[in-house]
Amino acid sequence: MAAVDTLPEQHGSAPSGGMWVLRDSWTEASRHLRIIPRNTELLVFAIIQPIMFVVLFVYVFGGAIAAPPGFDNYKQQYLLPGIFAQTVLFGSAFTGVGLAEDLTKGLVDRLRSLPMAHPAVIIGRTLSDLVRNVLSFAVMLGVAFAVGFRIRGSIGDAVMATLLLFFFAYAFSWIQALIGLSVGSVEAANSAGFIWMFPLTFVSSAFVDTASMPRFLRPVADFNPFTKVTNATRALYNGIDPGADLWWAIGWAVGITVVFAVLSIRKFNRAASK
Amino acid sequence: MPAVVSEGLVKKFGKTEALRGVDLQVERGTVVGMLGPNGAGKTTMVRILTTLLPPDGGRALIDGIDVAREPQKVRARIGLTGQYAAIDERLTGRENLEHIGRLFHMGRAPARQRAGELLERFDLVDAGDRLVKEYSGGMGRRLDIAMSLIAKPSVLFLDEPTTGLDPRSRLAMWDLIEELVAEGTTTLLTTQYLDEADRLAHRIVVIDHGSVIAEGTAEELKRQIGGELLEVTVPDRASLPDAARVLGSIGYGAPQVDDALGQVTVSIDRSIGIVPAAVRALDLAGVKVDDVVVRRPSLDDVFLSLTGHTTEDTPEDPR
Repeated sequence: MAAVDTLPEQHGSAPSGGMWVLRDSWTEASRHLRIIPRNTELLVFAIIQPIMFVVLFVYVFGGAIAAPPGFDNYKQQYLLPGIFAQTVLFGSAFTGVGLAEDLTKGLVDRLRSLPMAHPAVIIGRTLSDLVRNVLSFAVMLGVAFAVGFRIRGSIGDAVMATLLLFFFAYAFSWIQALIGLSVGSVEAANSAGFIWMFPLTFVSSAFVDTASMPRFLRPVADFNPFTKVTNATRALYNGIDPGADLWWAIGWAVGITVVFAVLSIRKFNRAASK
Repeated sequence: MPAVVSEGLVKKFGKTEALRGVDLQVERGTVVGMLGPNGAGKTTMVRILTTLLPPDGGRALIDGIDVAREPQKVRARIGLTGQYAAIDERLTGRENLEHIGRLFHMGRAPARQRAGELLERFDLVDAGDRLVKEYSGGMGRRLDIAMSLIAKPSVLFLDEPTTGLDPRSRLAMWDLIEELVAEGTTTLLTTQYLDEADRLAHRIVVIDHGSVIAEGTAEELKRQIGGELLEVTVPDRASLPDAARVLGSIGYGAPQVDDALGQVTVSIDRSIGIVPAAVRALDLAGVKVDDVVVRRPSLDDVFLSLTGHTTEDTPEDPR
């Protein structure tokens, strides 16, 4: 039996500078990434959900609505980009649930007592959820192509549209991080993380042209950051100039990331395992 | 220089004073047991010493480093096993260990090697590559402590290490901690159990309502409290004063009378022959007796003797 010597000779070192933040973030992200292939249930749901969304929305809702001007058809070219945006946004909710889980298990106390860069705990979590989201999106894109979705613009535009979606979902996972660190349980993190995303995504241009909405709802929908990101990505996939919507969408994503990163890192530094 | 020093530590949660100026020292290579009921301030103390909570007053040093001023340096020197198993259940035991090693900024190979050493040391080699969610409570606790030792900490903090364990796992945990103690691991442990502090700690600090109320070796404290207790139950409450008078002459110190239970308890310095002597003396005084027992002092007795109240009067542990 090997002795556990506890001489003052330490292995650990205190981090300094951005390099450690990156390294610790990657270490934390790998904690979450390595379980993805192991968790078959989660994997199955991560694949089924985007397929279900595409198929349900396209075949149930798609029939009766006429294509808004500038689009070949409603279902494939107008509705599907909206569903892309909604699905990646919903994917951000994993972040809050995951952090709430770490908090309830006492893991957060341990992590906070380590000489690591503490923001790395949340950065690692958001990054790993982004990777999961990218995988989910790839499946969804495949199904979308199968039901007739086509990229009408340049490949460059399509890549830009896709990156914008990911950036936007990433920004929202910082909101979810704050929620996950604020509520007391995994269940609460789940509900609190999802509930507001329904009005956010439905009162937007994701499914219907905001021009068709009641007068009182229209300004809300037009102002909605989710409308901006949907409009911008939809335009880019269809080879249409996104105009100011692209800059609005990027601006929202940057703003949300900065504000909620500051808030959730501050929250984390005062967090106590429950 | 002691490994842990706390001087006049104060912590308030709103209007509640969780710590009211706690002084504490842990010498290198020794184990100090912090004994107290729920809500006494034990966990708050551990949280401040492990940099999780800033103190409102006083200061705390680990190896001479101020926990509030240089928390990152302190973190590199401590290991914490909290009340809740701080393990990622989705990973294997080995992965958990390696992961913590990596967060201590050990290289990949040293982290792997250290994880292997600890799995062997904590009797988890066979379970090392299984997912932690399949572990028993005792195995989880062992892994938890192993994770606290990954970077060879200068001080190990164990916050109620056996709370929630079944009796068998508790004994196994005691053996394990005793081995660590024998190897000279400087440890601060908190516990609600007198026997646990008695068995594991070199020195015991009794804490109540955020203040240290007694301190010393287990022997010193027991002498202060009185060794064993003689407890007499009478059928007739009216005879309690007589019973108390008789027992006062047999034991030492003032007998404690419990009207509700019809019991009189007194400290004794010997147990052999004491029961027959007590029964004879009570019989002579004409006191009828239901039951006479000799028992070891419980935490309640310690508190009753030190503070005049039992452990149940204390509010919930504030954060």
